[in-house]
Amino acid sequence: MVNPLTPVLTKRWTEPRSWTIETYERTGGYTALPKALKAHPDQLIQQCKDSGLRGRGGAGFPTGMKWGFIPQGDGKPHYLVINADEGEPGTCKDIPLMMADPHSLIEGVIITSYAIRANFAAIYVRGEVLHCIRRLNAAVKDAYAKGYLGKDILGSGFDLDVVIHAGAGAYICGEETALLDSLEGRRGQPRLKPPFPATSGLYASPTVVNNVETIASVPFIVNGGADWFREMGRDRSPGPKIYSLSGHVTNPGQYEAPMGTTLRQLLDMAGGMKDGIPLKFWTPGGSSTPLFTAEHLDVPLDFEGAAEAGSMLGTTALQIFNETVSVPWAVMKWTEFYKHESCGKCTPCREGTYWLVQILQRMVAGNGTASDIDTLLDVCDNILGRSFCALGDGAVSPITSGIKYFKDEFLALCDQNSKVLAGANA
Amino acid sequence: MTIAPDKNSTELVVPEGHVKLVIDGVEVVAPKGELLIRTAERLGTVIPRFCDHPLLEPAGACRQCLVEVEMGGRPMPKPQASCTMTVADGMVVKTQLTSPVADKAQQGVMELLLINHPLDCPICDKGGECPLQNQAIAHGRSDSRFHEHKRTFPKPINISTQVLLDRERCVLCQRCTRFSAQIAGDPFIELLERGAQQQIGVAKEKPFQSYFSGNTIQICPVGALTSAAYRFRARPFDLVSTPSVCEHCSSGCAERTDWRRGKVQRKLAGDDPQVNEEWICDKGRFAFRYATADDRITRPMVRDAETGELRESSWTEALQVAAAGLLAARDANGVGVLTGGRLTVEDAYAYSKFARIALHTNDIDFRARPHSAEELEFLSGTTVFTNPDNGVTFQGIESAPAALLVAFEPEEEAPIVFLRLRKSARKGTTKVFHLGQFTTPAVEKTFGTLLACVPGAEANALNALPDHASDVVELLGKPGAVILVGERAAEIPGAFTAVARLAERTGAKVAWIPRRAGERGALAVGATPNLLPGGRHVANTAARTEVERTWGVEEGSLPANPGRDTTGILEAAANGQLSGLVVGGVDPFDLPDPALAEKALAQAGFVVSLELRPSAVTAHADVVLPIAPAVEKSGSYLNWEGRRREFGTTLEGTGALPDCRVLDTLAVEMDADLFTQTPAAAAADLARLGEGAPSGSSLNVAAPLQSPAGAGKAVLATWHRLIGNGSLQVDEPHLAGTARPVVAKVAEATAQQFGLETGGYVTVSTERGAITLPVETDDLPEGVIWLPTNSGDVTVRATLGAGHGSIVSVSGGKS
Repeated sequence: MVNPLTPVLTKRWTEPRSWTIETYERTGGYTALPKALKAHPDQLIQQCKDSGLRGRGGAGFPTGMKWGFIPQGDGKPHYLVINADEGEPGTCKDIPLMMADPHSLIEGVIITSYAIRANFAAIYVRGEVLHCIRRLNAAVKDAYAKGYLGKDILGSGFDLDVVIHAGAGAYICGEETALLDSLEGRRGQPRLKPPFPATSGLYASPTVVNNVETIASVPFIVNGGADWFREMGRDRSPGPKIYSLSGHVTNPGQYEAPMGTTLRQLLDMAGGMKDGIPLKFWTPGGSSTPLFTAEHLDVPLDFEGAAEAGSMLGTTALQIFNETVSVPWAVMKWTEFYKHESCGKCTPCREGTYWLVQILQRMVAGNGTASDIDTLLDVCDNILGRSFCALGDGAVSPITSGIKYFKDEFLALCDQNSKVLAGANA
Repeated sequence: MTIAPDKNSTELVVPEGHVKLVIDGVEVVAPKGELLIRTAERLGTVIPRFCDHPLLEPAGACRQCLVEVEMGGRPMPKPQASCTMTVADGMVVKTQLTSPVADKAQQGVMELLLINHPLDCPICDKGGECPLQNQAIAHGRSDSRFHEHKRTFPKPINISTQVLLDRERCVLCQRCTRFSAQIAGDPFIELLERGAQQQIGVAKEKPFQSYFSGNTIQICPVGALTSAAYRFRARPFDLVSTPSVCEHCSSGCAERTDWRRGKVQRKLAGDDPQVNEEWICDKGRFAFRYATADDRITRPMVRDAETGELRESSWTEALQVAAAGLLAARDANGVGVLTGGRLTVEDAYAYSKFARIALHTNDIDFRARPHSAEELEFLSGTTVFTNPDNGVTFQGIESAPAALLVAFEPEEEAPIVFLRLRKSARKGTTKVFHLGQFTTPAVEKTFGTLLACVPGAEANALNALPDHASDVVELLGKPGAVILVGERAAEIPGAFTAVARLAERTGAKVAWIPRRAGERGALAVGATPNLLPGGRHVANTAARTEVERTWGVEEGSLPANPGRDTTGILEAAANGQLSGLVVGGVDPFDLPDPALAEKALAQAGFVVSLELRPSAVTAHADVVLPIAPAVEKSGSYLNWEGRRREFGTTLEGTGALPDCRVLDTLAVEMDADLFTQTPAAAAADLARLGEGAPSGSSLNVAAPLQSPAGAGKAVLATWHRLIGNGSLQVDEPHLAGTARPVVAKVAEATAQQFGLETGGYVTVSTERGAITLPVETDDLPEGVIWLPTNSGDVTVRATLGAGHGSIVSVSGGKS
């Protein structure tokens, strides 16, 4: 079969010292920037719209449309904020990208800032990844030294300052409004919307918040054009995508392939299941996306395909579990994560995850009953769509999908505890 | 104006700025921007809620108020929080009454709120009046599916000396933190930790030091916040609630007094949108135990001729002795009357009438604090005739484009005025200017601008505003602008003249905001040397005749010459020009010269004291007559707006008599009839008088030139703090613990000039005495030192005999 890999964002990753500005420039880096700076900002927004680029952070919102929401000529400063707070279990695409090719992100930041008329951009990086923060800081310093950042960039008259901000390790700060509050120095908890960041974001000014992978795609679109971008992927989800394979596969890692690639194709590229043990279940886009099973090997992994099959594309973090793994145990571990990371602002997520964990732990310890399954599902129903932000919804995905596909395993944990009246069978 | 649905009409009219929507099948018109939860409430549908509070910004945190919403014919995929969503035209809303989805969502959230809530309702102070309890019964399950471990915290923790926090009861609605951040501007409590461990807390060594902390207890929808004063004292269902009016400052806040078995257990803020909205300060809430202090005087006392000590007596004896003594003193050199600033309108009226018809004198003054002839001229010329219809009001402040505060510390002196100023300043409606000495917390919290000057130079500063701050004058020229003058202005020569001139120039309205609840009422009823009730000048023959006729006294019998003011009365008593004094609720140490007061009390031939508790006055009194505290009588206060704040008796049948009754009986013994047997009778008698005609004022006091203080000297700035040594704050140590630290303040340069060290001590002295206290630097003008007037060991008047604008000696001091 034809190798379906389409290395775009990942094309430099195998270069020696790929992260340096020299490597970046040698391999065609910073060639999109002069072109972009010669264009009118509105042309760039239009090109982004034409390309069909959709947000790579999970929700898949059309990027060009998001940029277009920024009110122009409003007299307020505009900001670009990069969401690099990659913290979803299984998700591991942005940090490798920033490690291997930080300048593609920085070039994208400059072009995007120019398009939305922002003179300040912040990259909010998860605080635990110190190595990544160091690399980004060095890259920003090099970009300043070369005149790609600072005043009058490449003689265009456009000024831009970029700041790398280290978060303090809270999952909630990946939620864009919590990220903005955190960036402002406040407690990281989601804000009430409306107003939306496009009109009242960072410091109550119009702000675009985009994911790393989204913005890193921008220079390639500027160089290659919208039509080139659309050659990859599917009609409503065009472009290449970094699929992160982890778990029980022979060669886990990042596989950049067109949108709509299936797990079967990806597994072929990754050398198949580890030790030949068959696939049992997997997440299409991190732990917040409902589970898939071996039945879903041929689901096209793009925004529409995943949704039609009952899940979400999320961050294309494919966590792959073979038949040795207990679903209730995996679900318990994920739920422990959500309980630990619930920000506490709203009742359903704060109290619900606290409760769910205890039920699951009790079940996994062999002390569950069948009615616990009903309670789990009902509590999930009381969280889903009732919480303040989408994190509550994400927290129940593993449980509801786990029970949907593997209810027998949950029931099996309860067998020994089914209460039988003494003598009832006599 | 919103329109409730009318069942008879088929088509609802949608006025400008309104929208039409459907809630539970009923069409309703609502003003744009109204939150769904309120619109539903107007229809009579109460949607359960915890974080929502009409005076706080929406949070959407508790998720209890979820409803189903349809927009443009399309149902929204998730239930929406009705406390954050505003109405829109064509919206279709289904609450728990018509939507199974909304009902289940609400039941689900309620169940989640309860899983970690302790089952300690039987010992919880909130039990019986608890929104969680009530709503759990109305919108919750009857059984629990939660069989796991509840989250627990060590309990309770003191977040201030007064406020305690039981974290495991908390539902994290954030009403308290939002109140503190938004309304009070004291964000000393915050959310800490996250997830199920999220909790309210304070920073280390930074307690919840807010003058408004008690409001958080009242709006807490569970029993998480309690006060040390009330905790475990009573159950709500055992309490009797009586509407009342706060007796402390001149705001006249509506309160609810809860009592049991003849004892007040707590006070809560009443809901009065025109005055205090739903808030009161901590003094108003917690300072009520003075009435039950151990040393409260409950029996009349007469000074024994043999021992020279006071001994308990019968009312008959005490009144006879008092009447005989006062008659003799009246017929000798006369008697002066000092009433203090804490009387109800009815009681003050009785003193005013008693002075005129029983003592035949105009020597009466309510100003038990520094005062001036200029102040009296201002008050009797303009302030006495203002009322909510023609003067400044709380709501007027809220809509004012600019407010200039002259010698007025709103947070310390009238906290509810401060809250209004902050509210409108925060919205960006009102620009606030503080003419004072340094950037107090109130300046910051009202987003204000400090116009700093040396104490005593305020009048000059006002006169120079057009030259130096034309923007302020311009703003004050806008319709609705206000000038608020505080009691300290009486210590500043020329201040009232300058205020009147500025008001004339700009058209801004002026309000005088005294510190005490009774001052404005006392002014209105003529407890002043120059006024009869209703602002009638004593020298005005026609006005006098009018009063004589209404009172039924002989024409020409009322004294026609203005009397002595407080200092005049004290001086006269001290040097024998007055033979007697009648003193009601005056603390001599609040007077501008406490030494003079002591001398006057000692020298006066005959002193009658109407008092609650032993004081420096009763120490000298020949007869002490016990009177009722505010909760044991009815009456009214006139707040600074001139708004009548009437209240009934909270504790009936204690036997304590209001001043007006005591004076009425005393007058009878002196062969005069006051017709003030009860507050109601006094009020009726007063009402018959009506209001007099303004006689105009002739304010013309020049602002003095400032002379340098001299070597080793500084100019003293001083004012009272809200929580200090006030006599109505006794017996409440938890409240006292939330007072601000007692420190002196100087400018950095002044500290260097006097060799004062940061974190060190300063000694401030006059010929009378010296005070040593810690010193801090702040942005005062050079050569100025600030002291709290009466806090802790710092008693500026008693120790130094000094006031605002006095010259004092300053040196480095050791404690």
